[in-house]
Amino acid sequence: MTEHAIVVRHLSKRFGQMEVLHDIDLEIEQGEATCVIGPSGSGKSTFLRCLAFLEEANAGTIEVYGKPLGFSEDSVGRRVRLDSASIRAVRSRIGMVFQQFNLWPHMTALGNVSEALKTVRGVPRAEAEERAMIQLRKIGLENRAGHYPAQLSGGQQQRVAIARALALEPKIMLFDEATASLDPELTGEVLNVMRTLAADGMTMVIVTHEIGFAASIGRKIAFLDKGRVLLEGSAQEVFGKPRNPRIDQFLDTYLDRGAAMLI
Amino acid sequence: MRFDFALVASRLPEIFHALGVTLMVWIASLIAAAILGFLVAVGRRFGARWLNYSLSAYVELFRGTPFLIQLFLLYFGGPYVGLSLDAIPAGIVGLSIYGAAYFSEIFRAGFEAVPRGHVEAGECVGLNRSQIVRRILLPEMTMLVLPASVNMSIILLKETAVMSVITVPELTLTISAIGTEFYAFVESLFLLALFYWGLVEICGWLGRFGESRLSRFRFAQS
Repeated sequence: MTEHAIVVRHLSKRFGQMEVLHDIDLEIEQGEATCVIGPSGSGKSTFLRCLAFLEEANAGTIEVYGKPLGFSEDSVGRRVRLDSASIRAVRSRIGMVFQQFNLWPHMTALGNVSEALKTVRGVPRAEAEERAMIQLRKIGLENRAGHYPAQLSGGQQQRVAIARALALEPKIMLFDEATASLDPELTGEVLNVMRTLAADGMTMVIVTHEIGFAASIGRKIAFLDKGRVLLEGSAQEVFGKPRNPRIDQFLDTYLDRGAAMLI
Repeated sequence: MRFDFALVASRLPEIFHALGVTLMVWIASLIAAAILGFLVAVGRRFGARWLNYSLSAYVELFRGTPFLIQLFLLYFGGPYVGLSLDAIPAGIVGLSIYGAAYFSEIFRAGFEAVPRGHVEAGECVGLNRSQIVRRILLPEMTMLVLPASVNMSIILLKETAVMSVITVPELTLTISAIGTEFYAFVESLFLLALFYWGLVEICGWLGRFGESRLSRFRFAQS
C-alpha cells in the first residue's frame, strides 16, 4: 500500500459569490506524479494554490503526511486556523513552481536558489551557496549562477525556479502550469527537468495544459471541471475508451487548438 | 548690469557657508523623510486598520497644506505647545515630516508595483513577513521608485528655500540679504536661481547614474 503524501477532504473555496472549488476529495500518493488537468476556469490552479497555502480554503481539510495544513478540526468538529509556526512547518515540506517563474530580479540565479537556505534555514553563506550550486548543476545551469533573471531565457528562469524550490529539499513539489508562459521550443527543457524529478521518485502535483506530458508522467490524473473532480485515475482510465463525454469535449478543443497551430 | 561681482566675491565665504547649510538641511531632511515615509508605507500596508487610517490622515494633511504654513506653525506656533526648536532643527523637522508624506505615497505605489508572485514565492520558501519586506519588497521597490524619488529629492531641495522665512541661514536668506544690502535684487535672485539649478542638475545626474546601475536588475520578461 502506498502512503498518502497529501489527503484532501471536502475542500471548498469561494471567491465572493463564486464557488471555485466544490467539495474536492483527492489523495496524492507518495513518490508519484499526480497531474491535474481541466479546462481553464475549472479551479485547478486554485486547487494547487490551496495545497501551497497561498489560498485559504473556506471549508474542508488538507493533510500533509498526516499533519493538517492551515486548518484542523477540533473535538467538536469546528474548523480552527492553526498558528503560523505550525503552518510554516507543514509548508516547509512543499516546494512550489509558478507559471510566471517569480524569480527575484535583484538576485542572481545563485542568490535566488540560496536565499531561503540563508535567511530561513540559517545555513552559513558559503555552505548555502555550495548547496545551491549543486541544485544548479542538476538542472544544467551552473555556468549561469552569476546571471540575473533578466539575463536568462524563460526556460532557464523556470529551471532556476525549480532549483530554488528543490534547494530546501521538499518532500512534495507543486507545479502550477510551469510551462504555460514559455515559448514552445523552451517547454522541452523544463519538462525534462520535471521528468527527471519524477523518475527520482519525487512526489509531484502538476497542473498542466500539456496533455501528452500529463498522460506520460502522471501515475494519476485528476480531471477538474467547474470546481469538481469529474474523474480521476490512471491515464488509461481517464483518456482510454469508453471516454467520459466531457473529457471528449475537452480533448476536442485541445486538438482544435493544436491543429490551429498547423494552419 | 549694476551688480558688482567683486562685491559678491568679498562675501564668498558667507555664500559658501550658506550653500553648506542648504546642503546640510536638505540631506538631513531627505534621509529622515525617506526613512519616515518608508515606515509610514509599511504601516499602511501591514498595519491594523486604525493605523492605516491615521497614517492616511497624516498624509492627506501634510500634502494638502503648503510647506510654508506648516513651517510657520511649527516654528512660531510650536512654543505655545511646549515645542521650542531653533531655526535649523525646526527646518529639518518640518521638511522631514512634509517630505515623508510624499515619500510614503511613492513607496506605497512601489509596494503595489512589486508583482504579487514575487512575494508568494518568498512565502513558499518560508520567508516571514519582515524577511519578505527586507529581502524582496524593499530592494525590488528601490529600483521601481528611484525615478520618482529623485524627483521628490529635487522638490525637497527647492523647498529648503522656504526655510529662509524662519531665519535658517541658507542660500536664499543669505543671498537675498546680500542683494538687499547692495540694492541688487534681480541680480541676486538670478544668482540664487543659478545655484539651485546647478544643485538640481547634480542631483538629477546622480539619479540617472543610479538608474543605469540598477537597469541590469530590470524585471525579467517571460
